[in-house]
Amino acid sequence: MEVTSINNGIIIDHVPAGCALQVLEYIKINPRVSKIALIMNTTSKRMGEKDIIKIENIHDINLEALGLIAPNATVDIVENNQIVEKRTPTMPQKVVDIIQCANPRCITTSEHSIVQQFYLDTNHHEYRCEYCDETASL
Amino acid sequence: MKSSKSEFDLQNKSLIGRSIVTLDDLSIPQIQELLNKGRYINSHRKEVAHTCDGRVLATLFYEPSTRTRLSFETAMLRLGGQVIGFAGADSSSAKKGETLHDTICTVSHYADAIALRHPKEGAALVAANSCNIPVINAGDGGHMHPTQTLADLATIEARFGSFDGLTVGLCGDLTFGRTVHSLIETLCRFGNIKFVLISPKELTTPQYVLDRINNEPTCSYVQTHDLMESIADLDVLYMTRVQQERFFNEDEYLRLRDTYVLDEQKMREAKSTMAVLHPLPRVNEIDTRVDNDPRAAYFEQVENGMIMRMALLSSVLGDQLQGYEG
Repeated sequence: MEVTSINNGIIIDHVPAGCALQVLEYIKINPRVSKIALIMNTTSKRMGEKDIIKIENIHDINLEALGLIAPNATVDIVENNQIVEKRTPTMPQKVVDIIQCANPRCITTSEHSIVQQFYLDTNHHEYRCEYCDETASL
Repeated sequence: MKSSKSEFDLQNKSLIGRSIVTLDDLSIPQIQELLNKGRYINSHRKEVAHTCDGRVLATLFYEPSTRTRLSFETAMLRLGGQVIGFAGADSSSAKKGETLHDTICTVSHYADAIALRHPKEGAALVAANSCNIPVINAGDGGHMHPTQTLADLATIEARFGSFDGLTVGLCGDLTFGRTVHSLIETLCRFGNIKFVLISPKELTTPQYVLDRINNEPTCSYVQTHDLMESIADLDVLYMTRVQQERFFNEDEYLRLRDTYVLDEQKMREAKSTMAVLHPLPRVNEIDTRVDNDPRAAYFEQVENGMIMRMALLSSVLGDQLQGYEG
């Protein structure tokens, strides 16, 4: 399968298969207004299957938000048909206002003005709600 | 414990003005100091009777509670302070749609400290972040109940002198039982505890609590459904009520309610030194005939709860206990 490369923008590679749309949501890229190519469930030597996202005319994304769902992804910055920089996502210590707590008993489900916050449980490499300690559903 | 809080960080932070959302907010030496203060208060009731003169405690209880609310209020009264508050969300502005943040913000301008009971998990943290006076978590849903844990610790310490090497059985609702989670997590910090987790398969201990035990090399656990099989090994048996208010499904509650009943027959299998604890209220999980057994410690636990709340209130308000030399 071939998809025309981008001239200026970013390529997010090694996204877990089937997660590309969720990645766009997390990094707040609006598919209605952005030029995007998605390659989903394509073959990968390293991962078996993976997704690839190409976004035209965007050079900066929230790497912490990306790290939440695709910590092993790679990000190539493309300018004038050339990769000028490679970046890797980071797992942030705190995740603020990206994901929502799924625990129906959590205070964040009834007090809607509360900013959703999650902390990284370093022992288990997972995120937990700052308020109720429930594991985040990513 | 949230990774940002180390024992070192906690130790170097005074209790004065602090909110207590979970016992993770306190270092082990600080918890030990509260236990020491509790013992002092218990034996010097008159000397401490004016410790909090002129102070006001607001008890904001958004869900039913007899014991904890009265315990907080009595604690403040016995320290010489005054009490305001409400019992039940219907008698607060929450019924008009006021947010917890706004209520706490308002009350913080009236009172010197707040004791908060709320059905939602994490409510106490929201409250603590909403004001500049100490907020003490009096139970936030199925999440944390730190002052109950202080009462539990005081009761166990009074019976055994320390926590070292104890086999602690926890029986009943281990899924929604916040007192159980809080006690396990705190005992793990003291270390060298063997936990026996006794529950029906529908009400087992959440993974994050098991992880906490696994993370402490000197602690271990076994999970079982059979109380009779394990009671002889226990130094402490912590019974819990299957809480109707935590169930969305009435039939499920009724089915699980009668799984464990501690009675004289089971007590005969237990050690002569075993202590039976229960956060109360009980429904039928401890036969009333066990109450006269010297191993029944649950009414001592109630008194210890009030005393530990006195110790905590005086500490976060920065009021010195007369004659106490820590």
